[in-house]
Amino acid sequence: MTETKKTLFASGHRACPGCGVPIAVRSILNATGSNVVVVSSTGCLETFSSPIDLSSWEVPWIHSVFENAPTVATGVLEALNSKGNPNNTKVVAICGDGATNDIGFGALSGMLERGDDVLYICYDNEAYMNTGVQTSGATPYGATTTTSPSGEYSFGRDRTKKDLCRIALEHGVKYVATASISDLKDLERKVKKGLEVEGSAYIQVLTTCNIGWGFDSSRAVEVARLAVETGVFPIYEYENGELTNVKKLKEKKAAKEYLSCQKRYKHLFADEEKNKEHLDYIEQLTVQNVTKYGILASK
Amino acid sequence: MKLSIGGVCKAGESKNYHTGTWRTFKPVVDNDKCIKCGICERYCPDFCIDIKEDGCHVNLDYCKGCGICAHECPVKSITMEV
Repeated sequence: MTETKKTLFASGHRACPGCGVPIAVRSILNATGSNVVVVSSTGCLETFSSPIDLSSWEVPWIHSVFENAPTVATGVLEALNSKGNPNNTKVVAICGDGATNDIGFGALSGMLERGDDVLYICYDNEAYMNTGVQTSGATPYGATTTTSPSGEYSFGRDRTKKDLCRIALEHGVKYVATASISDLKDLERKVKKGLEVEGSAYIQVLTTCNIGWGFDSSRAVEVARLAVETGVFPIYEYENGELTNVKKLKEKKAAKEYLSCQKRYKHLFADEEKNKEHLDYIEQLTVQNVTKYGILASK
Repeated sequence: MKLSIGGVCKAGESKNYHTGTWRTFKPVVDNDKCIKCGICERYCPDFCIDIKEDGCHVNLDYCKGCGICAHECPVKSITMEV
């Protein structure tokens, strides 16, 4: 075997070429260090990192079923605490957007409500990518997926993305943040901050999926950057319920720039006149984000 | 292969699986141009780039050829070739 780099997430995992998830996971583990137990729900990450005897994890890692990663995380934490947790080992849950928004939502809500000392990180690729791009609660407005296909009678997904950060905040979570794979230093800083908080913390990371979104694998980071620069995915931080930090932009790019580079929105541009209301609505959503979080830097 | 109780496996054994066989295009680095900024290293999803004293090294055992490194390189020192 050739010499490989020392990372807590090993090479040889089976993610698709150009996947955004391993980029995020490596940064997360850089920030947590090795004194951590990671819990994952079913999803892309679990599938590509854990074939039997080919685990990519260099830290203790556990997977149970789809819906209960928060519950397992609580269990791991309780087990550690009952032994006194002499090394102050942290528990981190890394789950996909399907497990977070839909299937494991009840378990997550319970964990956040109890305020267990777990850092919950949702890697958000905006659909069930592992099973072949089905709509999840995190799929944005207008995107085509196999369960919200665009066509003569449909323009793709007809609901807006579920704002799980807001829902987490309503649970009284002390630390809620969003991050993107386009800024890994920011992600690492946020993970460290989330670990320091006593009680639950919730971080949502935008991880691009070139297969499901439809763009060339080399553009994975660029598309994540565009999502931030167009206001589609605002980067912010709430501490104790207060908005304390926002990634500012000099100018907001038009949402069209982000949408037009992905095949999942291609149908909207096939007949721009017909889909004007949808394109305008998406632009309006991004403008709302910019105003709500005060994203534009004052001149 | 014998399964252990609970499917417990050794850490980091995926290194035995060489994903480099998936590749169509491979990154070729022009180390005269490379400024060793480390951007490619951070963004590589397969962790196969190493920035050393003499420049940028790619571990082709694991590189799946996604091309993120070439696309993100600020001085265009990486090209994807067959």
